Amino acid sequence: MTERLAEILADSFFKILIPGLTMTIPLTAISFALALVIATAVALVQFANVRVLRQLARFYIWVVRGTPLLVQLYVVFYGMPKLGILLDPFPAAVIVFSINEGAYCAETIRAALEAVPVGQMEAGYCVGMSYLQIIRRIVLPQALRTAFPPLSNSLIALLKDTSLASNITVLEMLMATQRIVARTYEPLALYLEVGAIYLLFSTVLTKLQRVGEKKLARA
Amino acid sequence: MLEIKGLQKSFGSLEVLRSVDLDLEKGDVVAILGPSGSGKTTMLRCINFLERADAGEMVFDGEHFDMHRAAKRDIARIRRKTAFVFQNYNLFLNKTALQNVTEGLVIARKFPKAQAEKIAMRALTKVGMADRKDYYPSQLSGGQQQRVAIARALATDPEIILFDEPTSALDPELTGEVLAVMRQLAGEGMTMLVVTHEMGFARNVSSRVIFMENGVIVESGTAKEFFDHPKQERTKAFIRTVQGD
Repeated sequence: MTERLAEILADSFFKILIPGLTMTIPLTAISFALALVIATAVALVQFANVRVLRQLARFYIWVVRGTPLLVQLYVVFYGMPKLGILLDPFPAAVIVFSINEGAYCAETIRAALEAVPVGQMEAGYCVGMSYLQIIRRIVLPQALRTAFPPLSNSLIALLKDTSLASNITVLEMLMATQRIVARTYEPLALYLEVGAIYLLFSTVLTKLQRVGEKKLARA
Repeated sequence: MLEIKGLQKSFGSLEVLRSVDLDLEKGDVVAILGPSGSGKTTMLRCINFLERADAGEMVFDGEHFDMHRAAKRDIARIRRKTAFVFQNYNLFLNKTALQNVTEGLVIARKFPKAQAEKIAMRALTKVGMADRKDYYPSQLSGGQQQRVAIARALATDPEIILFDEPTSALDPELTGEVLAVMRQLAGEGMTMLVVTHEMGFARNVSSRVIFMENGVIVESGTAKEFFDHPKQERTKAFIRTVQGD
């Protein structure tokens, strides 16, 4: 019995790890990169108080933060075809994760922008810089440094949340595990195993965060 | 060179400046004294448009500007001719001392980097900070930060430097190094408008003193006149207090 279990676990390790490397990680990386772009834009229009865009930004954050991620996945993947929009699982997941994560990161970046002392802006004006020059070269770099730890948090959360994509047939780690469970009837061992692999991935990210923070602290 | 007429500014219902006039010639070093809340800092900030005046006229190098309605382009032009030194330095925290000085030259004035660095090194040398050029603000003392801020102001070759209580945030032991730099600038003929609580500087370095209270200029005159023969009762009381007799 234990021998059989050991064999299943050893056998399944790479069968779970490989979709992790080829699906979970790219899904996380691409979605997070897009989320950061969305978040920076959404945070900046609020910070700069651009009239209509600011209200749009608040509306976006309100809707996305107020509805479950799983429901958002269902709406895009299962609902959109009704409107003639048919997406493959992976792009559908990327769209949903980046929009969802973008809303949370936007709030993080907005708070970090607001935490930059107003004197930084004034000093920029006084040496003749324009608003956009000051934002790009002085305020945003300082804000991103402040935002780095909470953004790292969001990245780790996203890594784990990609498991929800199994619900829209993305063949990522959890989905791969479910398939093995269906064959072997060893849910406890296998779900613990996939959990351990997630833990491994997030441990690496935590280490990277520490390295990144040290680098930023030096500047 | 710089003339201000009828400058007014309120914050909500609080009248901070009530019709202030000011006239500066090239090479003037004017110390602005007065109790907290008298409007000194606000006046300085209005001159550089960090605050928008409610009314007032500015004549700068013969050019007239409406201080309430000045267009963005005019504000940019005025800022190019002036420099500002803040009470809490406001060095760019993500830039080294050298980068703090070159930033405005390279980004706003489009100087080539090499030329900007040459100018910056000259300015940093002048304030005695050349050997700290690669330090970030967080690695410098308050006095050193303020000297870098003065170098940043100098580098843009301004016609006038506005100082907003440049030594008020410093330890008593560190004010000396900043005042020494300012005294040197004054000696070289730099036009300076200095909000300060440093009586030594006002008396010995400035050419003129302005005393403000409740948003108006109570008295102004040469430093000697002001300290030795004040005319207004309020000014006499002030001088008695600061001299402690």
